[in-house]
Amino acid sequence: MIRLSNVSKTYGSGPSAVSALKNVDLHVPHGSIHGVIGLSGAGKSTLIRCVNMLERPSAGRVEVDGQDLTALPNDRLNQARHRIGMIFQHFNLLASRTVYRNVALPLELMHMKSAAIRERVEPLLELVGLTDKADQYPAQLSGGQKQRVAIARALASRPKVLLCDEATSALDPQTTRSILELLQDINRKLGLTILLITHEMEVVKSICHRVGLISDGELVEEADVGDFFTAPATRLGREFLNAFLQLEPPKGLIDRLEETPGPRTHPVVRLAFRGDAVSTPLISRLARESGVDVSILQAKVESIQDRTLGLMIAELIGTADKTDEALAYLERHDLHVEVLGHVQRDA
Amino acid sequence: MSSAMLNLIIKATLDTLYMVGVSGLIAALLGVPLGVLLYVTRPGQVLAQPVVSRILGIVTNIGRSVPFIILMVAIIPFTRMIAGTSIGINAAVVPLTIAAIPFVARLVEGALNEVPPGLVEAAQSMGATPYQIIIKVLLPEARGGIITGLTITVVTLVSYSAMAGAVGGGGLGDLGIRYGYNRFDPMIMLITVAILVVMVQGFQTLGDHLVRKADHK
Ligand SMILES: Nc1ncnc2c1ncn2[C@@H]1O[C@H](COP(=O)(O)OP(=O)(O)O)[C@@H](O)[C@H]1O
Ligand SMILES: [Mg+2]
Repeated sequence: MIRLSNVSKTYGSGPSAVSALKNVDLHVPHGSIHGVIGLSGAGKSTLIRCVNMLERPSAGRVEVDGQDLTALPNDRLNQARHRIGMIFQHFNLLASRTVYRNVALPLELMHMKSAAIRERVEPLLELVGLTDKADQYPAQLSGGQKQRVAIARALASRPKVLLCDEATSALDPQTTRSILELLQDINRKLGLTILLITHEMEVVKSICHRVGLISDGELVEEADVGDFFTAPATRLGREFLNAFLQLEPPKGLIDRLEETPGPRTHPVVRLAFRGDAVSTPLISRLARESGVDVSILQAKVESIQDRTLGLMIAELIGTADKTDEALAYLERHDLHVEVLGHVQRDA
Repeated sequence: MSSAMLNLIIKATLDTLYMVGVSGLIAALLGVPLGVLLYVTRPGQVLAQPVVSRILGIVTNIGRSVPFIILMVAIIPFTRMIAGTSIGINAAVVPLTIAAIPFVARLVEGALNEVPPGLVEAAQSMGATPYQIIIKVLLPEARGGIITGLTITVVTLVSYSAMAGAVGGGGLGDLGIRYGYNRFDPMIMLITVAILVVMVQGFQTLGDHLVRKADHK
């Protein structure tokens, strides 16, 4: 539904040029919710703004619903934009218009008659739960309500794609959750394809099917959300995940971690287990079968949408042979094992 | 006070209102579009035209930098061409309008500049044309600021019109100078000033009221 091929964007020229996107390839299939996460300044907004040509890519192709938008003249581009809704961090509602007239705006732009507009707007206000606020002005609404109006407005032209630029970043956690639920609901009910960008793992965790990680203008990693939360492929991905889960080895231990094993060291491992493995008493079996003692330093169970994910940081205590065997055992049972380092055995 | 005097005062008041009203109206009709043009042709705006923007900016600045009293004298031939005469209230309307157009334009441009750029982007994302953005987004969102600008213009026109009156334009300024100054009738001087004060207060109050009605912030 959305396909970016080799998209680059450079702001300015000469020595002050900023390369905000570098050869980005991205495919968002019909009906999916795709997240792109990254630190501030990574190029997230540039990326999403390139999808509807608010920002013209310096190079590459942008296809939405099979149509190459980079090649379109302005009038055809405006037509194509009716099929692409967008919501923003700061809502961007017109202060001079009531809720009803804000939602009606995209339809007025399409020269729709007022009776037809009413037929569209009323069900949308109902969908976002703001029927009773139709005649109020944005200034009278809370942040969450404003974003609901913005969502209704973005849906008015019956788009196939919804772009969300940090749509929940200005909202408190509870309101964020209700907006994310609304987006998920819309995705399911209307089969709407959603591309969202965010700097919050919580957003990715709650509603995305797939996630891309953007760093310094490059899409450095892409995965199913379950895989990403189990085992990010990049260092940045791991940093995001660890910061989100707050799952780090204790401070005192980090300082003692060595990269290479020595004659009297134990491995410290990060274990991630999904699905069945969560409910199997693997650790006690491991201790019994391999003769290794497991010292659990931190553990956590997270639900990622409808799946459960167990995470643990543990020290494996035993001879080198036995700890190797234990690692092999864990991998055989489909755990994701990452050796964080080795600590000297206490004297 | 004689009834002849009273009639003079009433006529002068109406003349002032006429000069302010006509020049204000024409200046708004021409200045608002010019202000819009100044804004939308800026680099990065919806009809970015750097060269046009630069030229309009220079012309507007020239219009604004010429002192009104000099402008009035300098354009007398033009005034005569338009109004058929160079004295009287109809003649005064010409320089008043010329002075007010760039004034309005800059104030309108400033008001448009206060519209958050995100709103224009939102409209663009909906497929709005530049014309639709001006009509449906920029002007309605800047309505309060534009009315504030027009109020300032009208108040300024009241005092300019008194200046125009002083050189034979008619109106309260003319009356004040002729009777108050030349014949030294402090009563007339006081009355004209009082009427001007009330007029300015009235316009300001009306403007503030309209701004409050326009703004939903
Ligand atoms: N209009 C612009 N002109 C120049 N540089 C820009 C512009 N927009 C963004 N940038 C730069 O591009 C980079 C990516 O910005 P952005 O896409 O906004 O990042 P994010 O949304 O991830 O915070 C940053 O270095 C930013 O300073
Ligand atoms: Mg951003």
